[in-house]
Amino acid sequence: MRLEVDIAKTLRAREREFHLQLKFASDADVTVLFGPSGAGKTQTLYAIAGLTRPDSGAIRVGGETLFDAQRKINLPAHRRGVGYVFQDYALFPHLSVLQNVAFATSRSVLFNPRQASADVYALLARFALGKLASSYPHQLSGGQRQRVALARALAARPRLLLLDEPFAALDAPLRARLRTELLAVRAQFDVPMIVITHDPDDVAALGGRVVSIENGRTRTR
Amino acid sequence: MEFLSPLWLTLKVAALATVLALVFGIAAARALGRRNGIVRDTAESLLTLPLVLPPTVLGYYLLVVLGRNGVIGSWLHDAFGISLIFTWQGAVIAAAVAAFPLILRAARAAFREVDPQLERAARTLGSNSAAVFFRVSLPLAWRGICAGALLAFARAMGEFGATLMVAGSLPGRTQTLSIAIYNAVMAGDDATAQTLVLVSLTVAVIALVLAAQMLQRRPRGDDDAA
Repeated sequence: MRLEVDIAKTLRAREREFHLQLKFASDADVTVLFGPSGAGKTQTLYAIAGLTRPDSGAIRVGGETLFDAQRKINLPAHRRGVGYVFQDYALFPHLSVLQNVAFATSRSVLFNPRQASADVYALLARFALGKLASSYPHQLSGGQRQRVALARALAARPRLLLLDEPFAALDAPLRARLRTELLAVRAQFDVPMIVITHDPDDVAALGGRVVSIENGRTRTR
Repeated sequence: MEFLSPLWLTLKVAALATVLALVFGIAAARALGRRNGIVRDTAESLLTLPLVLPPTVLGYYLLVVLGRNGVIGSWLHDAFGISLIFTWQGAVIAAAVAAFPLILRAARAAFREVDPQLERAARTLGSNSAAVFFRVSLPLAWRGICAGALLAFARAMGEFGATLMVAGSLPGRTQTLSIAIYNAVMAGDDATAQTLVLVSLTVAVIALVLAAQMLQRRPRGDDDAA
């Protein structure tokens, strides 16, 4: 699936301005956005997910236009079908593991976790979360939280999955194992991924297409 | 047991007023959003006026709006033959307006406490803005809102000035506790006044203790945290 990103956005925080101007395309299963913190990687993922609106440019995923400033197209985040695993996982603290994972499978405001589908239970089993189904996020370890976040995003059946520094919060031995694990998940669910990292070891392990970002710009290499 | 009638009326009026204030307070807090700005801050200040205005001023404006010649009052009368003046329903509206700012402020603060990352997560999981609100923001802000609601309930229970002007003091119909106390004292009936004061005090203390409990209670499941 082809991913095309060509966006510009000026971010203002107090007196400072930051210019984001990125252009890259990728056909790879895994696209790695590599660069130091503060380079604009998260803002790029926000733009792809529809959580922030670029000033200009376009974003296309698999032939569909998610955003096009000139043609005034800006699909809202909830209709983009783009999954997101946040750096801090952003698990819903008031919901159990089961309810977190089942969140996307119910569109209704009042949703009953007992209606959780077989898909949800399959995901819980796949990520070894079965015994934790009724636990709450604050009771989980870092690795468990990440698995919940991953399962929750996959339950929405996204056409593209974005991961923001998925290994940064974990210790080194766990990190090495989870890189392999992530690639296995990608293959099993056949979903293309964009992974943000500042760690060269991640780049080496994940392979795929690497886009270097520095100071809000793409650097070809 | 002659305090039962005003007590029951007071609880009914205060409870309904709190529900009304909850609906409008939460809606207003959501409309104001989490960011600041001149327009939003001015709007919040204006909506907080019922809290700082003398209750009699509030009562005056309610009469202007709800009275037979008022904008809403004349419409209600012409269209439905309803008049809110000198009814317990009028007392509900007076108490709701007086209590509304307490809920607005509590709700706005509580919504600000909700991590915006969680709302983003819900959007990427297919929730539109209404679903994000009802499934994430509101449940997470609920404890703070409830604490505000209990204060609002206490304020509605004690409402006197605006209620007296809008609903009057008809024994058994619009005479709430605080108004009955005033009447008893004015009539020199100290025994009745003392009973009513104690009843009022008891209910207020219960409400405040409940509010404190709600603010202190830790989120679900914290006790068995590993």
